[in-house]
Amino acid sequence: MKKKKSKNFIIGATITGIMLILVMIGCIWTPYDPEAMDVNLKLSGVSLSHIMGCDNFGRDIFSRVLKGSGTTLFVAVGTVFIGSFFGIVIGAFTGYYGGILDEILMRINDALFAFPSILLGLVFISLLGSGKYNVIVALGIAFIPSFARIVRSEFIRCKNMDYVRSAKLAGAGDLRIMFVHILPNTMNVMLSSIMIGFNNAVLAEAGMSYLGIGVQPPDASLGRMLSEAQSYLFSAPGYAIFPGVVLILMVLGFSLLAEGVKEN
Amino acid sequence: MLDIIDLNIEFHDHLVPETVVYDFDLHMEQGEIVGLVGESGSGKSMTALAIAGLLSRRDMQKRGQIIFEGKELLTCPRNELRMIQGNQIAMVFQEPMTSLNPVYKVGWQVEESLRIHHPEMSKEERKEKAIKTLQDVELDEAERVYNSYPHQLSGGMRQRVMIAAAMICEPKLLIADEPTTALDVTIQAQIVKLLKRINKEKKTSILFISHDLSLIRQLCQRVVVMQGGYIVESGSVKQIFETPQQEYTKKLIGAIPKCEKKVVTKKANTQEKTADTQDKTVAGKGGAQYGE
Repeated sequence: MKKKKSKNFIIGATITGIMLILVMIGCIWTPYDPEAMDVNLKLSGVSLSHIMGCDNFGRDIFSRVLKGSGTTLFVAVGTVFIGSFFGIVIGAFTGYYGGILDEILMRINDALFAFPSILLGLVFISLLGSGKYNVIVALGIAFIPSFARIVRSEFIRCKNMDYVRSAKLAGAGDLRIMFVHILPNTMNVMLSSIMIGFNNAVLAEAGMSYLGIGVQPPDASLGRMLSEAQSYLFSAPGYAIFPGVVLILMVLGFSLLAEGVKEN
Repeated sequence: MLDIIDLNIEFHDHLVPETVVYDFDLHMEQGEIVGLVGESGSGKSMTALAIAGLLSRRDMQKRGQIIFEGKELLTCPRNELRMIQGNQIAMVFQEPMTSLNPVYKVGWQVEESLRIHHPEMSKEERKEKAIKTLQDVELDEAERVYNSYPHQLSGGMRQRVMIAAAMICEPKLLIADEPTTALDVTIQAQIVKLLKRINKEKKTSILFISHDLSLIRQLCQRVVVMQGGYIVESGSVKQIFETPQQEYTKKLIGAIPKCEKKVVTKKANTQEKTADTQDKTVAGKGGAQYGE
């Protein structure tokens, strides 16, 4: 049964694919050392040798964008991994067993949910200190509640299905029922929420780096580059435009992909 | 083999406890087919779920005893119950559309109880056994069915797959909870025949739950009639159908369109019996619904 993929899915997959290829190239090769400074090239515009120009220290922006999107993506992947892993475990147990455990965990969840995730991230960062890995942990924790809630509702929907009952009757244990029989059935919903979570993580990381509490220099990150570029908006507009466009494309690609997954 | 003594089932999830099954008694021998009849909400499915051990232990209070081969199922520890489930007691549900997991291949699901109860079997042995069981339930192209997903099969095929999944460990007791309700008449007859054959060949006892008396009459040796949580009457098929004692049973039997038509036509005129009655019989069988 081959279904035709939707337009959103195709466009989203193309954009995301190109971004991923660029990021992978950036991991192994960049045209210039992203941290090498050259005073002579300070804030120079677009040219053949520097296709996106140079920043205020004379570093090649294209190289820094490649490296920076790699960092951003890495943080986003880590965040979504932590968020979805713990979200799935918590959601599975609360949804499947219900009862008092469910009440307690879900009320804590509600309390966490009441804060915007970036604000929550800020709180954790101020407790843990800044840096790439701390950002992952902080954002990951902030992302757990939304995943937990989605998984829980899916588990509640599935646990009274006849196929779960027949699995139980076949003698399957609770853990086996939860993670072998029910979990794959939630994948459809999970996939699209993971994609959306990915978007939010990219934006949250960029936001935090922009505020100066995320990735620390000299590591390149898209948000960091944007915040550095704002003082040179008029003298070197390319410095702000290129990282911004890459950020937009990254988020756009994932949103379209999420939309496409939902439609398929 | 199976003895149920004074089973009471109470729900405790509301403020006022609600009893759905009162003083249920049943004795089943190895190789026997017992029918459980009653209208919707008479507690027959609840009884079946209790025997299968599928009622949650929290919101529900169960009194009485369910003794299966000398083991008390209501109070035995969870892991012992799991050893019996699937291995010695299996169940087929009413709705073949939802009783198979949509994300796994049929073969995987048929093998599930083997994987749990016979972990020593290799992958090839399991597959061989699954395909053999699928052939046993009269599925043609068992190999193809083994490799397809539930949505690629028809309702009747799915119900056969469910029976195969239930029978793969060769349980001693098969509980069939209205297995034919969601199927059309011709498939119903085939499934009933299949259950009969399984009972004969494997000596599996079958507890057949239905609201369709005509099916019960074809299949079962004994019948238990339930209403509102109580057993109204029980006895052999012959006894119940020929000399029903209770008013409710008489009404139930009176509601079988097939029987009525036959009696009428026999008495009236024997010549007009042929095509006309056959039509009516088929229509009556399909639409047999009681207890509005």
